[in-house]
Amino acid sequence: MFFDSDLLMSALRALTPILLAALGGAICERAGVFNIGLEGMMLMGCFTAVATSWFTGSPWLGVLAAALAAAAYSLILAVGTVTLRGDAVVLGVAMNLLAVGLTSFLLRTIFGVQGTFDDPSLAGLPLIGGLSPLAYLSWVAVAVAAVMLSRHVWGLRLRGVGEAPDAAATLGVSPAQYKYGAVLVSGVLCGLAGAQLALGNVTLFTENMTAGRGWIAVVAVMLGRAAPVGVLLAALLFGLAEAAGFRLQGLGLPQQATDAAPYVVTLGALFLTTARRRRRTPSPSGAVS
Amino acid sequence: MTRRQAEPAVELRGITKRFPGTLANDAVDLTVRHGEIHALMGENGAGKSTLMSVLYGMERADAGTIRIDGRAIKSGFGSPSDAMAAGLGMVHQSFKLFDSLTVAENVVYAAEPRRFGLVDRAAARRRVRELAEEHGLAVDPDARVGDLPVGLRQRVEILKLLHRGARTLILDEPTAVLTPAEADALFAVLKSLAAQGRTVILVTHKLREVLEGSDNVTVLRDGRVVARLVTAETSADEIAAAMTGRAVELDRVHAPGTPADVVLAVNGLTTDAVHDLALTVRAGEIVGIAGVAGNGQSELVEALAGLRPTTAGRVTLNSEDITHASATERRVKGLAYVPEDRHAVGTAPAASVADNLAMGHHRTSLSSRGLLPPAAVRAHAQRLVERFGIKASSPEVPASALSGGNLQKLLIGRELAHDAPLLLVEQPTRGVDIGAIQNIHDQLIAYRDSGHAVLLVSAELSEIRGLADRVLVMYEGRVTATYTKDEADERTLGLAMAGGAGIAVEAVD
Ligand SMILES: Nc1ncnc2c1ncn2[C@@H]1O[C@H](COP(=O)(O)OP(=O)(O)O)[C@@H](O)[C@H]1O
Ligand SMILES: [Mg+2]
Repeated sequence: MFFDSDLLMSALRALTPILLAALGGAICERAGVFNIGLEGMMLMGCFTAVATSWFTGSPWLGVLAAALAAAAYSLILAVGTVTLRGDAVVLGVAMNLLAVGLTSFLLRTIFGVQGTFDDPSLAGLPLIGGLSPLAYLSWVAVAVAAVMLSRHVWGLRLRGVGEAPDAAATLGVSPAQYKYGAVLVSGVLCGLAGAQLALGNVTLFTENMTAGRGWIAVVAVMLGRAAPVGVLLAALLFGLAEAAGFRLQGLGLPQQATDAAPYVVTLGALFLTTARRRRRTPSPSGAVS
Repeated sequence: MTRRQAEPAVELRGITKRFPGTLANDAVDLTVRHGEIHALMGENGAGKSTLMSVLYGMERADAGTIRIDGRAIKSGFGSPSDAMAAGLGMVHQSFKLFDSLTVAENVVYAAEPRRFGLVDRAAARRRVRELAEEHGLAVDPDARVGDLPVGLRQRVEILKLLHRGARTLILDEPTAVLTPAEADALFAVLKSLAAQGRTVILVTHKLREVLEGSDNVTVLRDGRVVARLVTAETSADEIAAAMTGRAVELDRVHAPGTPADVVLAVNGLTTDAVHDLALTVRAGEIVGIAGVAGNGQSELVEALAGLRPTTAGRVTLNSEDITHASATERRVKGLAYVPEDRHAVGTAPAASVADNLAMGHHRTSLSSRGLLPPAAVRAHAQRLVERFGIKASSPEVPASALSGGNLQKLLIGRELAHDAPLLLVEQPTRGVDIGAIQNIHDQLIAYRDSGHAVLLVSAELSEIRGLADRVLVMYEGRVTATYTKDEADERTLGLAMAGGAGIAVEAVD
């Protein structure tokens, strides 16, 4: 059997970091901040989680520190786009590049190694029913985010800010405040995603270990139309693709090919949804000429 | 309470506001009593919006005092929400709504009824229904605002203010986007609000509605108050003269043209929102298309300009089939086009006035072996600026620096300069001053009289009546009535635009 409970568990493990990061991205999207710095924020979380767990011996402190560090890192985006009105795409890309350099540098200066830091006494997260506690937390986060966004006063105001900041401002709601809030929340969620990756899925830090998961999360935000449940479904698709990739590798396909599975799915999904969207919306004026 | 009745609802004294290079408000006094509808008039750039922004806490005045119900507001309101807390409410010229949210969400936004921190949606809906009922502003609380026509969106804006307990409503150019029927409905609502003791400040440059709907008028020109009038004792001519500083002839009806050969012939044209439409336009003739916005006029014009594919029908220009020609081919074959949206479609705001004037001409008169010699572009710009009286400090300033009226003159001048046999022109004077309107109308008539065909789409009935030799009324994507210049009086057209033209009449010439 190709599809069995092992594959599902493996998909759920692969899903968690993407889901957490994508949830953060979705909240930013709703607040009108295009966040493509998820990858870098996540990588900061990975490193901080491993370093903190190593020095304190507590993976829980590692998780906490990862959330705080990524939130602090996310301030670059908040200050850059909201206060300084910079370009979110440029900033996001810069943050992703900076995170790779910074964590590699810290890896060398703190641990004196290059490439990978891996030690049997590095404490990872415990498993509950085969999954990390952060996996369960991510599901709770989906539910909380869904309710907050659609029903809570904050959610309504945040959606308003994302859609028409001027209109919100005339009604006394500060767009800057909500955008900062959204970016910080995405920082926390990306930190948790990083901790899950480095202390849950594996127990080690390796340079650039996020390997594009933050980008996949960006795509999950688009596919899921920035709605928590939609994002969950999109992330699940990628989790399944990654798990199927492992499985295919077990069947003898070369790793280079199977590793590409999530990215192939990403491309396919993007293609399908844009094609569908195009068909539904009539061609905008000026399309032909 | 007695104090409230006795003191004016709004009293502005000596408001002065300077922008770099412009004195937008120069010691303006404005007094608005409780329960009145007060019209604030003036041409574009007279300082109306600035004055209201100062009152509403969006701009800080350099000098002057604001009193609300007799209470001095020290150094003005700091923000619109402060102004709202004092009982003011403003409907901006461009609506400030959240398109993806529902009517109820828009109305209660930032003043939500709550249960445990969650928005109490049932209470919000109830509130909208109550307010709607009370003030005759019926609208479905669950509709998405983005799906609503402008008339209903405006209701949402008003409901939003009423929900916040506004006692004085400021409306900036509220009828600019409304159909005559919607405007009438709006005035009925405003009158009933005033009858309840609420106060309305109406910012507008439309004379007719001021005469019909207001109690008092304050006229601004170049940032100063030039007239304070009691509506019942004044006339359109008096207000117009005050606004422009000279006597103007209002609602001129131009003499008819002398139609010659057919230039544009459309048969069975079908595209999005247009069904089986037929029309012809002859040389030396202006054909006007009247209709409530959203009845397929924009789609028709876009299809004729080659910006929207046609699904059926045939279009000929000077007997040549252009049904499937691209926009470029159509221009080459003799079509010029003034689109409705001069900012987004008609011009490139960041490009210079000279470059904007060159656009389209780059392909023909200005091109020299595929290059655009800067001297030619400059000379061309200079010629058009003079010929059409475009006021720009230099042809090198970006188009975005021009006022609405001047930008429109630029756009129309550029298209007229093509000397194309057919001109498509959409809403040529929307948001343009009385003075500039006259100039634009004269240009269009002169163009017609020099033997060109003009297809004019306008939501302004007076414009259609003044210019068109023949009037077609569009309703739900079809031409439902055709009138000659003499038959097309305001009542007949208004009725036909509302779908009241009994039988669909084929457009025959
Ligand atoms: N934010 C601004 N900066 C610079 N000049 C402005 C600004 N707002 C308005 N103005 C200028 O002030 C004058 C009055 O403008 P406005 O109040 O918008 O007129 P109105 O609403 O009567 O058309 C105009 O000359 C306009 O160009
Ligand atoms: Mg204005």
